Amino acid sequence: MADITIPKAAPVAHDDHGVGHYTSTGLSNNKLAMWLFLGSECLLFGGLISTYMLYRGRFQGGPSPEQVYDIPFTSISSFVLLMSSLTMVLAVASANRNDLRNARVWLLSTAVLGATFVGGQVYEFTAFYREGLGFTTSLFSSSFYTLTGFHGVHVTAGIIMIVVLVAMLNKDKVHGHKAETIEIVGLYWHFVDIVWIVIFTLVYLIPA
Amino acid sequence: MTAAHADELLHNAQATDPEFADAHGEHKSDTYYIGVAAVLFVLTALEVSTYYFDFGPAFLPMLITLMGIKFVMVVLLFMHLKFDSRIFSFLFWSGFALAVVVYLGVLASFQFFAG
Repeated sequence: MADITIPKAAPVAHDDHGVGHYTSTGLSNNKLAMWLFLGSECLLFGGLISTYMLYRGRFQGGPSPEQVYDIPFTSISSFVLLMSSLTMVLAVASANRNDLRNARVWLLSTAVLGATFVGGQVYEFTAFYREGLGFTTSLFSSSFYTLTGFHGVHVTAGIIMIVVLVAMLNKDKVHGHKAETIEIVGLYWHFVDIVWIVIFTLVYLIPA
Repeated sequence: MTAAHADELLHNAQATDPEFADAHGEHKSDTYYIGVAAVLFVLTALEVSTYYFDFGPAFLPMLITLMGIKFVMVVLLFMHLKFDSRIFSFLFWSGFALAVVVYLGVLASFQFFAG
């Protein structure tokens, strides 16, 4: 019987029993897919931000950005989202130490901070609308609502992902390496945060 | 030896071989992440201060620089790209670079044709 040589190729993620899974790259395919997705998301938000930059000065017939923006309020929202990145990274760190109890607490804290941010955005949109800035009022308003709305939807999707993840962790329904699953959701969450870092500066702080 | 048996042996061999350890990178302490968040907090406060104080011609470069530092800090330290596999870095930064080049080109062309 011919000997079968076991090729040496790099491996990967380990499940809860310490057993690894073979992949051709030696990296987790799920993590690889998330990074690829985030790279493509740069193009989506790049397009939305560019469109806003192009149209932010075209507010004829409606209020200008300086008339409606409430920088102190948005600054607090930004701090809240930034702190949610901290709670998320602490959740990942706890999961890496196999401390799933604390990981769940940090994940829920992240979801609460995210929900606070989204609530702030809803309040902001309502206030803007009452000041006469509808979606079709001007090119500025359309591009502003589209950009920040898309971001808000991403945050909301992140909150749903976190809540579902916590529910699955509670019922022990997360298969494979739990810390890696939490890390992948964390990557998405941090991406949402870095997009806001750009939006906050380019949209709110730099005048049209 | 059947192919299925060989496959199982391959998986087991890779799973127990430290050479095949996944590039999960370093695991930092909670204090480290709190320190990073504190720096991000201060940088954001500096950004917000441009709304209240006049920084003159330094206004725009300062804001763009602060934004860039915050962006890179979150990507490298919170998303662990600094400690993780270079393949992940390649995937993310190529998407980012493509977006920057394409959309700066688009914005520049609008400026060009507007004249």
